Amino acid sequence: MDAVAPNQADGAASHVRLTDSTLRDGSHAMAHQFTEEQVRAVVHALDRSNVEVIEVAHGDGLGGSSFNYGFSRVDEFDLIAAAVEEAVSAKIAVLLLPGLGTIEHLRHAHQIGASVARIATHCTEADVSVQHFGAARDLGMETVGFLMLSHRARPTELAGQARIMVDAGAQCVYVVDSAGAMVLSDAQARVQAVLAEIGSQAQVGFHGHQNLSLGVANSVLAVQGGARQIDGALCALGAGAGNAPTEVLAATFDRLGISTGVDVQRVLAAAQDVLRPMIPRMPVADRSAIVQGYAGVYSSFLLHAERASERYGVPAHEILQRVGEAGYVGGQEDMIIDIAIQLAHQRDGAPAS
Amino acid sequence: MNEKIVAAIVGPGNIGTDLLFKLIRHSKAVEPRYMVGVDPSSDGLARAARLGLRTSADGVDWLLAQHPRPDVVFEATSARAHAANAPRYAAAGIRAVDLTPAAVGPYVCPVVNLDVNLDAPNLNLITCGGQSTVPIVAAVSRAVEVPYAEIVASIASRSAGPGTRANIDEFTEVTARALEVVGGAKRGKAIIILNPVEPPMIMRNTVFCAIPAEAAEPGPLRDAIETSVHAMVETVRQYVPGYSLRAEPQFDAPHERWRGMARVGVFLEIRGRGDYLPNYAGNLDIITAAAARVGDLLAEHLITQREAVTAWTL
Repeated sequence: MDAVAPNQADGAASHVRLTDSTLRDGSHAMAHQFTEEQVRAVVHALDRSNVEVIEVAHGDGLGGSSFNYGFSRVDEFDLIAAAVEEAVSAKIAVLLLPGLGTIEHLRHAHQIGASVARIATHCTEADVSVQHFGAARDLGMETVGFLMLSHRARPTELAGQARIMVDAGAQCVYVVDSAGAMVLSDAQARVQAVLAEIGSQAQVGFHGHQNLSLGVANSVLAVQGGARQIDGALCALGAGAGNAPTEVLAATFDRLGISTGVDVQRVLAAAQDVLRPMIPRMPVADRSAIVQGYAGVYSSFLLHAERASERYGVPAHEILQRVGEAGYVGGQEDMIIDIAIQLAHQRDGAPAS
Repeated sequence: MNEKIVAAIVGPGNIGTDLLFKLIRHSKAVEPRYMVGVDPSSDGLARAARLGLRTSADGVDWLLAQHPRPDVVFEATSARAHAANAPRYAAAGIRAVDLTPAAVGPYVCPVVNLDVNLDAPNLNLITCGGQSTVPIVAAVSRAVEVPYAEIVASIASRSAGPGTRANIDEFTEVTARALEVVGGAKRGKAIIILNPVEPPMIMRNTVFCAIPAEAAEPGPLRDAIETSVHAMVETVRQYVPGYSLRAEPQFDAPHERWRGMARVGVFLEIRGRGDYLPNYAGNLDIITAAAARVGDLLAEHLITQREAVTAWTL
């Protein structure tokens, strides 16, 4: 028996719900190549660990399969249907980015059993999600708003955007650190500002990345700031240096006396024995990933920058640095190629066009 | 040919006003005579009145009671309003150029398919992303078969009005369909991104077309695609001077990650002309420029028809 008594977190939460995004955010790190068999194995293991929500979709959400973001090996709707079939008690969530995915995609996902709609916009563009929240609520789905690259908005500005989502029908709004750029109080201040704005009308969530290795610490501070939903991914499998690892979150929250309902031993086994053997490389905070956190670049740009680096012979970290300077947002993967071409022209001393 | 056709603009907002400036400044064949709205306190109506137009906040009822009636109406309201107004214009024999996503008439991109639609009573201008990218898809599909075309339109947040924001699915669905119907791709997909960076980013569009494997290799097919794309860019530049390639078309061999497809990538920048709207808003400029272009070509067509009738009558 461990002699250390669990710490009681400040402002202790009655219950924090973990959402596992291995099969959505992790899809970036897998270049969207998950098979149905792999999805079934991961869902089974997470469900047995009592993880309450499991997100399944292309890494860029419904409709993401494309030249710009990478084609899915298996149609995401087949993967969602398999996940629904495999889950005994966990809910299956999908992600949708308005401008890419449509209400038609959402209807399809709902029809095959997805029950949580997570609608994501850039942190200052929440009003593009209004019709999608309306549609999700009409379908009877649970709704979650996702404010991506939240570090780019000041806390009060972010709170205003959360208000738009809640008024549109969001039952929870996430502060999403898509770039893994938030440093401790950055995360907590945003969670607190959103909470102050929406009060008890909706919950607040936090989605952390590891580019500066702070995904778990930021998640703890988010919970202490009032967040009640937290995202993770097994083995940190996700964009950039990966997500806050679900298994580390479960263990850490347990030690802090924060109840998640997750069986720590089982989720450790899910990460070690089920997911790890199927992934080509463990996410790592290498130079490019750290630059993403440091320069505030959308995490899923990493593999795209590496490919453009290989294609045009320019360093990935330089591409990412430029992406950060230009202020490109989630979804602008095509600009990575544009920057690589410009860098190659500069190297060769020729004009771009 | 000094004769002009008479035009009305319905919808005195940003788009309607920019179109008005374009017609006044650049059109030799279209005379904007009426500006119609529904709000008497509209800045756009006041501005149009100062520029010498006859204006009213009494909507289409007022417009249809004017003498002469316009030959052509440019609709810059909303899809819903245009759906209601379109039958009334048609009944009055007024040609409609629709800048909303209502799609009552055929999708038209002036450099691709206006010639075959000149007699249609109602012409729809797709979307800003459609006006920017359909020409490129059409250029590629004139050279090779395009089983799949995908476009990414990036626009400055400030240039995305409440209508676009409230109906963003409409943009993706309409644009994707136009890539097929007008662009000639077997299947189309459209993506739109709003970027809030300051200073605002100039509109960018990326076009990816799946092409036959041999067309991605150096050789005659690849040359044909390059020639066709360059020619198309020059044609569009005749009415959108700020339409340009960021780089030469990028060819990539078939890849497993792309379901075995080869592709060509075309990277565009669209700098607006700044007639009324700021020049970063290339997305708004290209649709008003397309409308003005359609107006000019329609005018030429109508005037020619009129002269033919006159000659016959004499």
